[in-house]
Amino acid sequence: MKHLLSINDLTKSDAIDLLNLSAEMQLVNKRDVKKLPALNGRTIVNLFFEDSTRTKFSFELAAKRLSADVINFTAKGSSVSKGESLKDTVGTLEAMGVEGIIVRHHHSGAATTIANASWSSAAVINAGDGTHEHPTQALLDSLTIRQRLNGSDLGDLTGVRVLIVGDILHSRVARSNALLLRKLGAKIAYCGPATLVPVSALELVDEIFYDFDEALSEGFNVVMMLRIQAERMNSAFIPNAQEYSTLYGLSDSRFESLSSKTLIMHPGPMNRGLEISSSAADSAQSTILEQVTNGVAVRMAVLYRLLAQEGKA
Amino acid sequence: MSLRTVLDASDIDRAIIRISHEIIEANHGTENLLLLGIPTRGVFVANRIAQAIKKNYPDFDIESSIGRLDVTMFRDDLAVKPNRPVTPTEIPVGSLDEKTVVLVDDVLFSGRTIRAALDALVSFGRPKAVRLAVLVDRGHRELPIRADFVGKNLPTSISERINVHLTETDEEQSVVIEQ
Amino acid sequence: MSSYLIKNIQLANGNVVDIAIENQKIVDLAPNLTFKAEVIDGSGLIAVSGLVDLHTHLREPGFEGSETILTGSKAAAKGGFTSVHAMANTAPVADNAAVVEQVYALGKSAGYVQVQPIGAVTVNLEGKQLSDMGKMNKSQARVTVFSDDGKCVSDSLIMRRALEYAKSFDGVIAQHAQDPALTVNAQMNEGDLSLKLGLTGWPKVAEQAIIARDVLLTEEVGSRLHICHVSTAGSVDIIRWAKARGINVTAEVTPHHLLLTEDLVSDYNPLYKVNPPLRTQQDVQALREAVADGTIDIVATDHAPHTKDSKDCEWGEAAFGMLGLETAAAIVQTTLVDTGLISWSRFEEVLSTNPAKIGKLTDQGQPIAVGSFANLVLIDSNRKQTIGLEGESKSANNPYVGMELNGVVKHTLYKGTLTVKDGVVQKLGETND
Repeated sequence: MKHLLSINDLTKSDAIDLLNLSAEMQLVNKRDVKKLPALNGRTIVNLFFEDSTRTKFSFELAAKRLSADVINFTAKGSSVSKGESLKDTVGTLEAMGVEGIIVRHHHSGAATTIANASWSSAAVINAGDGTHEHPTQALLDSLTIRQRLNGSDLGDLTGVRVLIVGDILHSRVARSNALLLRKLGAKIAYCGPATLVPVSALELVDEIFYDFDEALSEGFNVVMMLRIQAERMNSAFIPNAQEYSTLYGLSDSRFESLSSKTLIMHPGPMNRGLEISSSAADSAQSTILEQVTNGVAVRMAVLYRLLAQEGKA
Repeated sequence: MSLRTVLDASDIDRAIIRISHEIIEANHGTENLLLLGIPTRGVFVANRIAQAIKKNYPDFDIESSIGRLDVTMFRDDLAVKPNRPVTPTEIPVGSLDEKTVVLVDDVLFSGRTIRAALDALVSFGRPKAVRLAVLVDRGHRELPIRADFVGKNLPTSISERINVHLTETDEEQSVVIEQ
Repeated sequence: MSSYLIKNIQLANGNVVDIAIENQKIVDLAPNLTFKAEVIDGSGLIAVSGLVDLHTHLREPGFEGSETILTGSKAAAKGGFTSVHAMANTAPVADNAAVVEQVYALGKSAGYVQVQPIGAVTVNLEGKQLSDMGKMNKSQARVTVFSDDGKCVSDSLIMRRALEYAKSFDGVIAQHAQDPALTVNAQMNEGDLSLKLGLTGWPKVAEQAIIARDVLLTEEVGSRLHICHVSTAGSVDIIRWAKARGINVTAEVTPHHLLLTEDLVSDYNPLYKVNPPLRTQQDVQALREAVADGTIDIVATDHAPHTKDSKDCEWGEAAFGMLGLETAAAIVQTTLVDTGLISWSRFEEVLSTNPAKIGKLTDQGQPIAVGSFANLVLIDSNRKQTIGLEGESKSANNPYVGMELNGVVKHTLYKGTLTVKDGVVQKLGETND
């Protein structure tokens, strides 16, 4: 496997291998000396065209724990803000001998374009491309679910039922999660207003709910809340934030109606009080901070798999 | 292809008993000993050595003196060899500072596995001493590594293969040279 | 000026004849002619009237990096065309007599095809104010086709006024049907695939709603309407309904919409990015049948050259458009004639006779008969070709590279001048009248 661009690049056994390898990486991250020599002397770049603190730090930390040299490239204050093309930016990195490119970009398909073009021979990891996919997020979410529900079991997620709530149309996290959870045997449903949950979504999930309360009464094992963005209100997808919150927010009362075993997840960053209440976000059922911790382990596993094991291109 | 048995089942049992005595002798007793088997067969050999020690020294606490050290992620040949699965590492709780770690493996060959094991150990702490026990030393070292406790020295040619069979995973128990 | 005798050439109606050409015109046509001239062996070939493209982007003035009137004319000749209509979205925009006369003159001096300029409907394509349609019509360029293509004339009042005003000189408004409000930042056909790929969808209704409005306006006003690059089955239904009601509407389909579908977008390769977007197999099938049953009148290429940089990038940054002049005839043969949907006579109608009629070009699309201008294309319909990167166009955004198509243009004659001989574009001597 040369690149990780989409969950579709993984077979079920690839995915489970990565989860198991991530579990090993979690143990490394608990030791005093959190270091493996696997990527010693290799150069990796974080090519981020979109603002992101947590994902960028997470990848940087993961690469450093594997002893790689990491360069951070942000769009602001670089030649890209002066209009350098993606092709030239990637070409410059190639000329500097970069072997792994972790890319986050506002255009869907950007990671695929870099991987397929002749601009660079580096391994490409998609850290979020437009509204298309965010594969490492899905992997860390599945790892979190597996560990919380199945303990140290190293298998799949058969029998687990997951509800993803929010702006599905614009969410790369919703897409990658649906693909991976389905691959691992879970049952998934989307919930949100019809403007943000198109009928085509039935290609990705088993069920669609427009009524959040009805969805919650179905007893899902996992409720994953997505962030709602201000732009959606400006393009007439939803009337206003208040209405969205009333209909689709995980309020205190909705949270209390859930079983104490239901996991509450959120990819972050959260709009506290909008799509998720503080009591839900800070509860014992919430996995929000674990997701962050697991993110480093998952990204270590992915980097190890793509760069340490596959060798030079 | 020809097969030549160089150690039979009872040879192996005797070698393990002898190694266990040598370890105790060098350590001046059973205190602060930690046997770390390198998966897969090193783990079985380590277990047997521990059992042999226990027979002669009933106060020897196996549980706190035995573990397994997976060295896959510290290997220097990850890029060129096929995908090796990573197995769990289990080290008993407690600091390594006072311990004499005895790395245990079935066959010592190039020495690279042991080098990776030494690297892996560093991330767990700083043991007082590290020794190496192997069932078979077949020569052809690529690094300056030597075993402290050896079951049998087996000079081989590079083209030969050594197959170690132990009852934990195989039907019989033997060390066989395959030409 | 050369004379030619084309021997043993099959016409669209199946008859095999000889054709004698002199002084730009066909002077004799019958089997076994005696005529002293350079002989062109027509055995095994089919002759149809020189192809006429009602929708080409020649990019000059303003975007000569991707194509010029000269290179575009050569590409057209190579594809068997003897006339192309040059769309108005140049820089400056062709919204006044000066620009259209410049385009006309450049086309004439290039000499490979009859370049007929199209005038913009609105000033600077902004959709707010009618352009100098009358002056463009009265100019040397004699513009009768008006289009803001690239953009939609979305304001209903402006569209109504344009249709009415064009009646004054029997002009036709060629609409690029795309409701801008429904297609903000649209990247590909809206559907299951656009959701999976995370690309903003271009819903079919955005095309259909404009067509529906415009055919009704046309009926109301009693004018002529032409719909550019129809891309959906639903659009075909509306046009069929309109024609049945006697509304004076004509419609075109591009070669790419007869052959390619949206699944090509899956790898985000911008070669497949086009406006309107590639749609589904059902749409392709409906469009093919519409050409056969007459609902769609012509095939027009929407030849849209782009520089390498505007296609060698991520999808969202890439320009919309595909090349089309050099492969149009082969695509129409492969998808429509060789599948049994249409005959060679219909091939001639949709690629020559009808576009000339809509564009009111009296010297083009004429029947192959004595007295007509010698605008001919001779096609070897038995040969297959694997499309390569090399071509006459200055640009290389050709989505058919590597595909095998049926039919190769062997010779093209433009008003009696051999512009393409044995598949090779010829160097021309002096300008033609």
